[in-house]
Amino acid sequence: MLRILKYVIRDILNNKIVIAYALLLAVLSWSMFSLEDSSSKGVLSLLNIILLNVPLVSVIFSTIYIYNSGEFIELLLSQPIKRSKIWSSFYLGLCISLIVAFLIGAGIPILVYSPDSTGLMMIVVGVLITAIFVSLAFFSAVFTRDKAKGIGFAIMLWLFFALLFDGLVLFLLFQFADYPIEKAMVGITALSPIDLSRIMVLLHLDVSAMLGYTGAIFKEFFGTLTGMIVTFSLLGLWVLLPFWFSLWRFKKMDL
Amino acid sequence: MIEINSLSKSFGKLDVLKNVKLTLNPNQSVALIGPNGCGKTTLIKSILGMVLPDSGEIKFDGHKIRNQFQYRNEIGYMPQIGHYPENMTIGHIIEIMKEIRNSSKELDEDLLHAFKLKNMFDKKMRTLSGGTTQKVSATLAFLFDPKVLILDEPTAGLDPLASEILKEKIIAEKQKGKIIMITSHLLSELDDLINGLIYMQDGQILLDSPIEEVKVNTGQDTVSKAISHILKTMQHA
Repeated sequence: MLRILKYVIRDILNNKIVIAYALLLAVLSWSMFSLEDSSSKGVLSLLNIILLNVPLVSVIFSTIYIYNSGEFIELLLSQPIKRSKIWSSFYLGLCISLIVAFLIGAGIPILVYSPDSTGLMMIVVGVLITAIFVSLAFFSAVFTRDKAKGIGFAIMLWLFFALLFDGLVLFLLFQFADYPIEKAMVGITALSPIDLSRIMVLLHLDVSAMLGYTGAIFKEFFGTLTGMIVTFSLLGLWVLLPFWFSLWRFKKMDL
Repeated sequence: MIEINSLSKSFGKLDVLKNVKLTLNPNQSVALIGPNGCGKTTLIKSILGMVLPDSGEIKFDGHKIRNQFQYRNEIGYMPQIGHYPENMTIGHIIEIMKEIRNSSKELDEDLLHAFKLKNMFDKKMRTLSGGTTQKVSATLAFLFDPKVLILDEPTAGLDPLASEILKEKIIAEKQKGKIIMITSHLLSELDDLINGLIYMQDGQILLDSPIEEVKVNTGQDTVSKAISHILKTMQHA
């Protein structure tokens, strides 16, 4: 397993896209923090950028990488290696490379400018979001052998979680504005890993005081220890479930 | 050693393998022949565990191979068209395979030397010609001195010289008593390589017998003539 993992990581580093990704994150983070006068504002701007870019790069790079590795996976399958080991090595390899890129690109400036619980939460959230979207990439790549379809599906997943989901939530909010739906909203946000992450970080910032009544309900739930545990378990499920499903499919696939 | 029992596989509506039954023992070197799309490659991939059959079972050394992987230590496989990661070099691929197999046996580097691959270790797989890729595939198949060799169209794309080297290697391994399974459309080159013949058509094995028997039954003196005789009768039947 380690042998394949080593190969995957070396191959990804040779690819240089991950290095460009780390540089991009570094440029964005350093400039965000130097543009804003308070670090808390910087964190807020950076949060939105991270929640848009990290999932996008993670899901698309991983999906394309899996498709491009099809030949190597096929070669490995004719060797004495367990299928689950091949698949997990590729997952871990992609996760580790992208997470390290994130830590170098965004993690360092965050720790420099905002070395508190908010900054730490940002980093944890970034790591989890990377793992989640790599997992979703495996989910979309295992569905079809058609590269265009698989990548298309991965882009749709990103679009849905990064943009459409918020629109849907807003639509629901307006439609049911006359009803007490605050508690239901808490449940609905659990359906999107990006929103969960956003709330986790926002609640650590002072701006959460401006979120109004809904914000108060959110704080009441997500701000407590139970809320935190539930949120992190949910994010953990978002990491595990898509990957677990893809592994189950991969084990039964003809190659 | 390899025992295949009522193996069936279909891709959608297409039945590729229908109730295939086959036993291969040491000292058997068989040619697997049949028209295009008759299920040869699917049968080979089933033995390798790359294609998972719908029903039936395959036993290797008496153990079922389903969900197993260790048995592949004993198989050297040369695919019809070798697919390799494009930006890896020849040396890199061989290195990784050695690491994965982690074999304690002495490596069989005959082909590596005969094909002079060492001079090309720095070349990326993307830049290789079809023939050179085949040489890499062949080298990898023989490298770990496996008990079973599965060669899918081994000489397709090789130049006459390389083809001759590979054939001599196959003969040498045959004499060591290994199980060898070759698919080929070039009948003339099978002459000294095999001692058995399996003919497949439409996902079924229609003939499975020693080559001497085939020669006697068809009244021909060479393997290629005997096979073409069979092909004619089978296709008219």
